[in-house]
Amino acid sequence: MGVIGQSVKRVEDQRFITGKGRYTDDITLPNSTFAALVRSPHAHAAINSVDTTAAAAAAGVVAVFTGADLEAAGVGGLPCGWQVDFKSGDTMKEPAHPVLAATKVRHVGDPVAIVIAESREQAADAAELVTVDYEVLDAVVAATQATAEGAPQLFDDVPNNTPFDWELGDQAATDAALASAAHVTTLEYDNQRLIPNAIEPRCAIGDYDGARDHYTLYTSSQNPHVIRLLMTAFVLGLPEHKVRVVSPDVGGGFGSKIFHYAEEVLVTWCSRQLGRPVKWTASRSEAFLTDAHGRDHHTKVDLGLDADGNFVGLRVKTVANLGAYLSTFAPCVPTYLYGTLLQGLYTTPAVHVDVTGVFTNTTPVDALRGAGRPEATYVLERTVEQAALETGRDPAQLRSQNFIPPFDGVEQEGYQTQVALQYDSGNYGAVLEKALAAIGYDELRAEQAQARAAGNGRHIGIGFSTYIEACGIAPSAVVGALGARAGLFESAGVRVQPTGKVTVFTGSHSHGQGHETTFAQVVADGLGVGIEDVDIIHGDTESVPFGMGTYGSRSLAVGGTAIVKSMDKIKEKGAKIAAHLLEAAEEDLEFAEGSWTVRGTDQSIAFGEVALAAYVPHNFPEGLEPGLEFTSFYDPANFTFPFGAHIAVVEVDAETGVVAVRRYVAVDDVGNIVNPMIVEGQVHGGITHGIGQALFEEAVYDDSGQLISGSYMDYVLPRADDLPSFETDHTVTPCPHNPLGVKGAGETGTIGSPPAIVNAVIDALWPLGVRDLAMPLTPQKVWQAIQQAS
Amino acid sequence: MIPVAFDYHRPSSVDEAIELLSDDAKLLAGGHSLLPAMKLRLSSPGALIDIGRIAELNYIREDDGTIAIGATTTHHQIESSGLVSANASALAQAASVIGDPQVRNKGTIGGSLAHADPAADYPAAILALGAEIVVRGPDGARSIPADEFFFDLFLTALAPDEIITEVRVPAADKSAYVKFPHPASRFAVVGCAAASAGGAVRVAFTGVANAAFRDSGVEEALSGGLSEESIAAAAARAADGQEVLADHFAGEEYRRHLAKVFARKALAAIA
Repeated sequence: MGVIGQSVKRVEDQRFITGKGRYTDDITLPNSTFAALVRSPHAHAAINSVDTTAAAAAAGVVAVFTGADLEAAGVGGLPCGWQVDFKSGDTMKEPAHPVLAATKVRHVGDPVAIVIAESREQAADAAELVTVDYEVLDAVVAATQATAEGAPQLFDDVPNNTPFDWELGDQAATDAALASAAHVTTLEYDNQRLIPNAIEPRCAIGDYDGARDHYTLYTSSQNPHVIRLLMTAFVLGLPEHKVRVVSPDVGGGFGSKIFHYAEEVLVTWCSRQLGRPVKWTASRSEAFLTDAHGRDHHTKVDLGLDADGNFVGLRVKTVANLGAYLSTFAPCVPTYLYGTLLQGLYTTPAVHVDVTGVFTNTTPVDALRGAGRPEATYVLERTVEQAALETGRDPAQLRSQNFIPPFDGVEQEGYQTQVALQYDSGNYGAVLEKALAAIGYDELRAEQAQARAAGNGRHIGIGFSTYIEACGIAPSAVVGALGARAGLFESAGVRVQPTGKVTVFTGSHSHGQGHETTFAQVVADGLGVGIEDVDIIHGDTESVPFGMGTYGSRSLAVGGTAIVKSMDKIKEKGAKIAAHLLEAAEEDLEFAEGSWTVRGTDQSIAFGEVALAAYVPHNFPEGLEPGLEFTSFYDPANFTFPFGAHIAVVEVDAETGVVAVRRYVAVDDVGNIVNPMIVEGQVHGGITHGIGQALFEEAVYDDSGQLISGSYMDYVLPRADDLPSFETDHTVTPCPHNPLGVKGAGETGTIGSPPAIVNAVIDALWPLGVRDLAMPLTPQKVWQAIQQAS
Repeated sequence: MIPVAFDYHRPSSVDEAIELLSDDAKLLAGGHSLLPAMKLRLSSPGALIDIGRIAELNYIREDDGTIAIGATTTHHQIESSGLVSANASALAQAASVIGDPQVRNKGTIGGSLAHADPAADYPAAILALGAEIVVRGPDGARSIPADEFFFDLFLTALAPDEIITEVRVPAADKSAYVKFPHPASRFAVVGCAAASAGGAVRVAFTGVANAAFRDSGVEEALSGGLSEESIAAAAARAADGQEVLADHFAGEEYRRHLAKVFARKALAAIA
């Protein structure tokens, strides 16, 4: 049909750019109340008492609840959705994560009480009247300090602030390989903490309907069914079928809206107590303090090379800062989404990774923008580049010689790594060659040499990152064995209406990705209908089948395949109806461009006519049920593995330390592409964020656990004028195990780009003696490094 | 992000505004510093007096060799004024690098000077150009030289019952403002203005210390005029003897270094 592969304009943009989107905060129910949270100003403190008398008496206040009230009512704590047990086999330590802290607060922003009033303003005023008697305790902030002797302990039942440790790979083989390596490159650094900064702050509305004994929760979430399951089964003990969760238009998430947050429980429970809707909208300050943060690893890495430059072993030791509590998927991010990616694109025969997860008095850390894979990519790509610089090898050539040879996953088997995963298909040399050609590598190196020879203060650097990532985490049985407390399938209902129009009910969720367009293209291609004849419904547990939502670039590979499976069933049934109406044998029919045709004749019947017959079955195959609608659940056979080669060109102003990104080439392979414009947009967004991490973004805590970078006065997000015009291109290596051949594109940019930028800066400053720099490469840090080196 | 409740007044004249001023009231002009502080509940005035629509406060005109700028003139009006660019380009340049277009279309020169953020752009230009700040209170008007206006963090010579009505900027032969912006806030990490008039050179910094200041050490080094050598020598003395701000983004050593770099750039621009 030619619909696949077209840059169809995004259907949803009309409403977004004309201000007609309907976000949770746009919903105010009749008779609504408004909530404000009282939050801890301390990073670590015992709660002696909470006095709500003045707040309860304040103008407009409807109710005030504390942690003690929730405890008395039997409200449970927030559950963790992934279990990572200790290396010793001991069970993961899973301390209580109360919805409102009753006895102790463990990070600035930890909620202590909820104040509900007739207006948002009255709630905010009254929240200031709640007095909490805190006994301030010493705080621990840095991952590396959490296990130090005498460190403040967050939980009585979690010794050494350590809920789990974990390893993967062959330690003995790796140690031996490194011991006999001709050269070992070692780096030790922090992969800094980031704050999500979705454009739309979180928002939740609880609405209990006493007449039906039924609850509705509107919440700015990436996965409404998951929230419903966790909240009903683990926190509130409500009957799941009596609870509806709606996530309407959602203004960005990038991971931070996967998790089940306290406010979702609070508005739901409070609405039941009050018999009125309860609405809470995060302020931007609350978003900084309470949206789960990302990254925050301290890592030591050793990469061994033989005399010819072949990688012989990789050893990685990481301490992962989990913040104050186990957020919903926190344990899997620094383990199964991280350690399993450390093979990279290379044939390294021995890999071992050791991870310790630690609690600190900081905001909980969970999946964010790539989740684990950017950390893994940074480990590998930064170290590989360093090895090239240290041994005087060309970084492109060093990568190339260590690449896994091409394999398509059909003729050649998938590639079994040293760290559990089996890659689906790849052609790694192809992306690198294309990127080198696009950037004009030889000319660039010549320009760099010239600038160095001229000594004119122009410090040009070229940096690489050849990455692999894993999308559509699956299959359910495998992730279950790895500790997931959920399945990772996806659902899709495809309903053909009597007039041949199509409504799709997807369990995945769009919060900016463009599902309404991409999925419509898939359906238009599959059923031969127009894109305008397809409507995509998502984000409401009452209308869509149980689905797992959207994260990890899974929507098209997993959710799209579920749609294809339902369409296959529709075409199968449609063929029976068409055969009956055409008075032909089913096997003589072919379906193309929206019609069934008797092969070799001009006899055909349109999809719409078959649809009509399915609902007006006057003349219908005997024994066949009327209707034309199917729901499918798809559990993939494997992850998908996009990959790519990114090259950054930077120029460093040695006088001020300012890094300017001059060029950025990204050649990605995300398998088949349905909408190139949407993919390019996602790549642009991802690279922008990656450059943000490399150069700008950083959550900064002081030693007492106060967040210093808690507003846009201090937290630096990249802006358009900080960026070059990206040069993007693709190769196509289809995924062999899903019918669309797609791999996922949402996170490639954010995963691939940080090391490319840092490598380019190190390349620029290597002749001055600079050997390493920790992200973000702020002007001061770069300037100081140059001062210290020279 | 919700301010405490307050009363709102919108006087139509300066006299009326002065009458409304009290300890519990704040003047609202562009609101680009005050409103965020109120939303964060760092500031909770009982009343706002909105002077943004007082027509007599919005103008740029030449007045006997001096540029007179009304207090509610916006940054955008100043950056795009030919009169300002021709006679006091440091001020136009400072206005052009404040915040972003939205801020420049709402924020006002009087509001910015009264707020006296230590990293605001105008103060350096005002000091280097030797401007005067005209204020009016219940006892009438007075004119405060820029050199006597900025005291400390958010502290100025403006009395609580006074309103800035005008900024008077003498024409300079040449002037320039250069800045190293904070990448998040876009305030000046270091901003330097230099102006030459009648052979004398004045140099002032913002972002470097608790208040914007003229750097006498740098100016002395230029007493013999502007040359490549004198600029280098002068820039090397930037912020000497000053207590310098330090934060996570720029510690003291780096900020001192930037002051030297931007002094050189500003002076080179007027040489």
